[in-house]
Amino acid sequence: MKPRTKRLALLGGAAALFVGAIALVLTAFQQNLVFFHTPTDVAEGRAPAERAFRIGGLVEEGSIVREADGVTVRFAITDTAQAIPVTYRGSLPDLFQEGKGAVVQGKLGPDGLFQASEVLAKHDENYMPVEAQYAIDKAQAQAQAQAAADTVQK
Amino acid sequence: MIAELGHLALILALVLSLVQATVPLVGANRNRLALMAVGRPAAQGQLLFIVFAYVCLTWTFITSDFSVALAASNSHTATPLIYKITGVWGNHEGSLVLWAMSLSLWTVAVTIFSRNLPEPFMARVLGVLGWISAGFLSFTLVTSNPFHRLIPAVAEGRDLNPLLQDPGMIIHPPLLYMGYVGFAVAFAFAIAALLTGRMDAAWARWSRPWTTIAWVFLTAGIAVGSGWAYYELGWGGWWFWDPVENASFMPWLLGTALMHSLAVTEKRGAFRSWTILLAISTFSMSLLGTFLVRSGVITSVHAFATDPTRGLYILALLVLVIGVSLVLFAWRAPKLSGGGTFSLASRESSLLANNVLLAVATGAVMLGTLYPLFLDALNLGKISVGPPYFEATFVPLMTPVVILMMVGPFVRWKNDDINRIMRRLSVSLIVSIALGLGAAVLIGHVTWRTVLGLSLAAWVLIASIKLLMGRMADRQGASAGARMRGIPASWWGMWLAHLGIGIFIIGVTMVESIDQHVDMKMRPGQTAQLAGYTFTFRSVEGVQGPNFDAARATIDVARGERHMTTLTPEKRLYHAQQMPMTEVSIHVRPLRDVYVSLGDRLEDGSWLVSLYYKPFISWIWVGCILMGLGGIFAAADRRYRKLAERRVAAGALQQTT
Repeated sequence: MKPRTKRLALLGGAAALFVGAIALVLTAFQQNLVFFHTPTDVAEGRAPAERAFRIGGLVEEGSIVREADGVTVRFAITDTAQAIPVTYRGSLPDLFQEGKGAVVQGKLGPDGLFQASEVLAKHDENYMPVEAQYAIDKAQAQAQAQAAADTVQK
Repeated sequence: MIAELGHLALILALVLSLVQATVPLVGANRNRLALMAVGRPAAQGQLLFIVFAYVCLTWTFITSDFSVALAASNSHTATPLIYKITGVWGNHEGSLVLWAMSLSLWTVAVTIFSRNLPEPFMARVLGVLGWISAGFLSFTLVTSNPFHRLIPAVAEGRDLNPLLQDPGMIIHPPLLYMGYVGFAVAFAFAIAALLTGRMDAAWARWSRPWTTIAWVFLTAGIAVGSGWAYYELGWGGWWFWDPVENASFMPWLLGTALMHSLAVTEKRGAFRSWTILLAISTFSMSLLGTFLVRSGVITSVHAFATDPTRGLYILALLVLVIGVSLVLFAWRAPKLSGGGTFSLASRESSLLANNVLLAVATGAVMLGTLYPLFLDALNLGKISVGPPYFEATFVPLMTPVVILMMVGPFVRWKNDDINRIMRRLSVSLIVSIALGLGAAVLIGHVTWRTVLGLSLAAWVLIASIKLLMGRMADRQGASAGARMRGIPASWWGMWLAHLGIGIFIIGVTMVESIDQHVDMKMRPGQTAQLAGYTFTFRSVEGVQGPNFDAARATIDVARGERHMTTLTPEKRLYHAQQMPMTEVSIHVRPLRDVYVSLGDRLEDGSWLVSLYYKPFISWIWVGCILMGLGGIFAAADRRYRKLAERRVAAGALQQTT
């Protein structure tokens, strides 16, 4: 091979490697995105049925129930407007408590029960998981907008 | 009083950093030795003041001076002394002082160990480091004053976050920071090279040990952090692809590429622009990591800052550093072209391929880490990118890297014969695949990922042995010990670090393939079975810690009839923050860990218990230790010191004539 063709082959090889690797990354990215929905979204049927997604909000007061095995837990996650029932099997984070913020990841069952595969709670008392805060803010903003619209109509 | 002294010292350090940032650069530009010489004392004085400020800050923690806001919110009179001391960096402000102190330490280390650098070059290196230091010190003083007084003072502090009250957390942040900040030295060398236009083999040789040592610190820091997550977070995971972990992993990946690219620049003079670009991007990743972790854009145990001005300040600093250095690069890099040519079958091209793959892998981590933040910032929705994405990209990207990593050392520089290499390695490759498949069948878990992982590990081990034997065969006749001593330290470093990756892959593959786990409720007297072990839940008793109360369970672990160990996991409640914490108990053996954590007490008097069987998990950290040792060996190579001696001698000669 001439030096020039060698050089081209080398450059071409590096470029092909690069493009192939980028394509791989982007496909994997597309397939593994996890979207976030608020409890209101889910209640109004805007959440996907097949794909895993996340819900954030507060653990509803009085909603935590342990099943007989002690390990399966049912609770509801609320954004103060709507509450979604969740079931989860496994150990819960230390700071998972009623009335506190939490984010759950999993799939929505056909019966409307959210099958969580992962439960995240905050790390310390100082803050809320951002996604939980976001869901609550959004629901409250909607409620206020609704209230404002109602007064205008009256 | 102490706090005010510390504050003053920090201001003086900032003044000195500005001197260091300007005077030597002006001197280098005008070729005035007197001005260039200012850099060293400025850097050393700066270290003195920062250390003094740091000691003052620590003093306020130790003496529980709760009129200082930082001590009040991160310490407590009942906190054990060691956690009072480490609590200094368990928060935003203190960790910034630690950052500045690490940078200052590195700078002074450069003035001491690279005395032989040409004066104008050293002046530029110190100037660049001075600017970085000024940026961080002003950030600390303007937005995050650690000595801020609380008026009126409070009677009792709020204690350090209990998650951080742990031996692993004592050393994780300093190690990580020494790594992050260490890449500032490689960055300063790169910028100095662009400024002087000098970028040759000697430059690469100056830069190499610094880069390698920074990499060793970063490796150790990440490994300790991962170990901490494993035993402190209480659910047996060791890596979560959490944005904060990714923030430290990105500079590690690029730093790895940089070390190898520097090797090519030193040996063959090639890859010059690429090396410079990597040095710039590695340090940018360190800054990005600091930004991600400290700005509060990510909520996690690491994010202390919630004040948006802080995030903006670091972001501005980041944009400035990246922007200025890239402009400089675009302007000066064309002058750096040249260097040795090489063919497709050469060590250079195997290193180039791995560099490209490591860079893409860094990009993949960055995409997964930043894209959700980016969407959120633009109000386009909230998404998260979890471990499945990173696993789906990392396995295919790293597979060729690991294969090539062991091929490279067999290939000659510049030009080699593909057939010759194939003849030498094809049998090893086939044997590796067979071994991987055999091992997967043996552990009863035949999936493509397990087979791939074990085959790669076998490949690394076999090729390592072959490499060592080849190297030993070089000097026939001498004794084995003499032959081993004859091999340079840098070669041993390469060999050990690569072997470490093989050990690491075994650990990861085994844990991912055949670990076992069960969550269940147990009451005293009850037993459970997992992976051939019998767990007997004996009792639970209340215990008092210095700043917490705990329920401690006693669980006997037996294999068949034989008693193995008694584990005592705890559920703690820390007084000051009323925060519950799980303290796991682990029985470590070379081939497996048995890991138990205690959950909540249920109403009927039983307890939730999580039992884990983690095969080969220690190999993950042993692999990291080998990588770190490899780095230490590589940096300790005699030729770096020899070069120093030669240059000093040459310098002395110049002065006398």
